[in-house]
Amino acid sequence: MSAKVFDKIATTLMWLAGIVILGVLAAFLIFILYKGVPVLSWDFIFGKSSDINAGGGVGTQLFNSFYILFLSLLVAIPLAIGAGVYLAEYANDDKLTDMIRLSTESLATVPSIVLGLFGMIIFVNLLGMGFSIIGGALTLTLLNLPVLVRVTEESVRNVPVHYREASLALGATKWQTIWRVVLPNALPGIITGITLTAGRALGETAILIFTAGTTVGRQMANFDVTAAGETLAVHLWYVMAVGLVPDRVEIANGSGALLVITILMLNLLFTIPSKILQRKLGAGGH
Amino acid sequence: MQLVSREHKTKLLYDFYMKYVFIASAGFMTLIILTIIVFVGGQGLMTFKEVSPFDFFFTAKWDPMGMEYGALSFIMGSLAVTVLSILLGAPLGLAGAIFMAKIAPPWLSKIMRPATDLYVAIPSVVYGFVGLTIIVPFIRNYFHVNMGFGLLAASIILAVMILPTIVSISEDALRAVPQSLEEASLALGATRWQTIWNVLLPSALPGILTSIILAMARAVGETMAVQMVIGNTPQLATSLFMPTSTLPSEIVVEMGNTPFGSAWGNALFLMAFVLLVLSLLMILIIRRIARKKVA
Repeated sequence: MSAKVFDKIATTLMWLAGIVILGVLAAFLIFILYKGVPVLSWDFIFGKSSDINAGGGVGTQLFNSFYILFLSLLVAIPLAIGAGVYLAEYANDDKLTDMIRLSTESLATVPSIVLGLFGMIIFVNLLGMGFSIIGGALTLTLLNLPVLVRVTEESVRNVPVHYREASLALGATKWQTIWRVVLPNALPGIITGITLTAGRALGETAILIFTAGTTVGRQMANFDVTAAGETLAVHLWYVMAVGLVPDRVEIANGSGALLVITILMLNLLFTIPSKILQRKLGAGGH
Repeated sequence: MQLVSREHKTKLLYDFYMKYVFIASAGFMTLIILTIIVFVGGQGLMTFKEVSPFDFFFTAKWDPMGMEYGALSFIMGSLAVTVLSILLGAPLGLAGAIFMAKIAPPWLSKIMRPATDLYVAIPSVVYGFVGLTIIVPFIRNYFHVNMGFGLLAASIILAVMILPTIVSISEDALRAVPQSLEEASLALGATRWQTIWNVLLPSALPGILTSIILAMARAVGETMAVQMVIGNTPQLATSLFMPTSTLPSEIVVEMGNTPFGSAWGNALFLMAFVLLVLSLLMILIIRRIARKKVA
């Protein structure tokens, strides 16, 4: 076979691969939405769930998902920015830095079920929190941290050196330079990173089953962090795996679509302002 | 005359302390990973007070009521789904990466990059649910088997889930190959495919290997999607269609029923520890690869 014919065949195969990758994604999204969107009603999205009867909603679970996400970001963001700034601004090429990098990379690959069991030992048993919103949120922090650290480091590194030099030349200390010049300019990148993390965290299940639990309280929205707090993703798994409700497939369909729509909207909601912010800052001379 | 004002002194003091705040938050990462190793490992290794390591790793008899904790079928299940999903997903993902980096018209690459990111926007429990409602019945009807749960269903779903990892990292690696290498090959009269095969792929190999190992790490640790389609039966699978179990899926099924600190619970923690060690090993391999690239 001549090289040219072979080239044609290979090119066709690569095109095919590209089309399959797009096609599979489209098929998944369309299937999830096609099955789930008809289930989505006011009563379903904001209603209370039921353990035995058909017609339950997922309102409490939806609230818990966001509440746990919010609490975990509250802890993770300052820590991750601190670590990211250290790696980008202070770190020398030494053993300590290498160890911190290795730790962050390792933490990023620890399977989420392992993080879940770790949270179960520390927060649920050792600290006696039981299955609770706070236990779930703190464990979820472990999932969010490595991604946020990496994104912060990258964004901080992308801030042009002459910004720092200008600030230091004006007599600002290093901390003032970081706080007033570097971090504001790194913000668009950090926000994108937070969105990415939030999307992953909203869909996370394995971490939360044994830390936040699979039950919800009686109130619609419970701000008590010591109460058990089943999230939407956990609910989807729970009704399919052990649920007794007759309409569990409906609930799973609806929860799946609701999750995907929420995560997509979150991405749009935060990516657009971050792009605008970037353009505004970009006018300053990137 | 006072050279340094009090206000300035405070600023310098802030500057001094903030440095340590940054170091502390960075050091916290190391503290976390060490604590995870110590606690999960500590809880898990207590299993060996009641179960011999040989029985745990090399027998497949899992009967917690009868005090038998052989985890071989879960270990084999995890290895099988990981290898199979890579065999299914890596060629497709790599071909897609080549397509996006070198063949697709620019407008199409521009669409495909955010599109592959969208794969990540679908939660793993939703992947599992789609697998349960489409792939499992499909396997049941197409291959005429009893249930459709098993290694094949899990591997197909995992192959889809690891696509974004392989595509995005391999694409970056392919794009990072210097243009001059490519031009030299084309100038010698090589076709585009010959250039890709003989020049681009070998140069991008470290990055491609990294993407595959990260994909393996994702596959071996995936819990929810696998649990929903694998059948959750503690037995060694002898065919692709036999219900079986993996380390993470078995943990998630049984953890809720076990008292904390019992031999049964500890055995599940030991399984988590095995997963932890596997994922840490993969990170070390990736670092080894990255170091070679520099040398």
